Amino acid sequence: MRLAFEFALESDHVTADSVEVSGYPDLAQRYRITGVPKTVVNEEFEFVGAQGEGALLRAVQEAVAVTPAAPE
Amino acid sequence: MALINDEIAAQLREEFQGLVGPVRLVVFSQALADPDSEQVTRLVSELAALDPRLGFEDVNFVLEKEKAEAFGIGRTPAIAIVGPEKDHGIRMYGMPSGYEFGSLIDAILTVSKGASGLSEETRQALAKVDRPVNIQVFSTPT
Repeated sequence: MRLAFEFALESDHVTADSVEVSGYPDLAQRYRITGVPKTVVNEEFEFVGAQGEGALLRAVQEAVAVTPAAPE
Repeated sequence: MALINDEIAAQLREEFQGLVGPVRLVVFSQALADPDSEQVTRLVSELAALDPRLGFEDVNFVLEKEKAEAFGIGRTPAIAIVGPEKDHGIRMYGMPSGYEFGSLIDAILTVSKGASGLSEETRQALAKVDRPVNIQVFSTPT
């Protein structure tokens, strides 16, 4: 979790949500939470288990690559 | 009865010696529809009372809808951890118990310092991010 917070701290374009899913069964179902921690970036890029900053950075970069730039 | 006992409070006071700038903890709650809201509100208010650099605000999710929207909050209970200079978009949803309580303390300390422990390479890569990225990390009670 700390990594996601640190990513948000370093970039004005990155936000980080920690979600304890037991109170949100709809989210557990929607994101198919069968193992934790599960990380989901921009609703599309995901992995399960604790990973290093390299793995999270790759997921962020993949998300950026497919996200259209904001209009000027 | 307090949610944070004397022993834990003493440990947290010591941890909060590492705070640098003030941190505002904004809790979004709705007492009637969400049984966890009251507990989270109590927990965060007790936490904030442990150090003068920590601020606490309780926002009624139903009555203060505009404020919740301004913070991008769509469900309760939620905690926004807001830094001294700005809001970095760091949020916690649900009851922060067990491992998640440690994550909340981490978030407070990280935001207060305003500096991450990330490598220079990662920080340079993040500086190039020019479009919105939302990272969600899901956990269960431990």
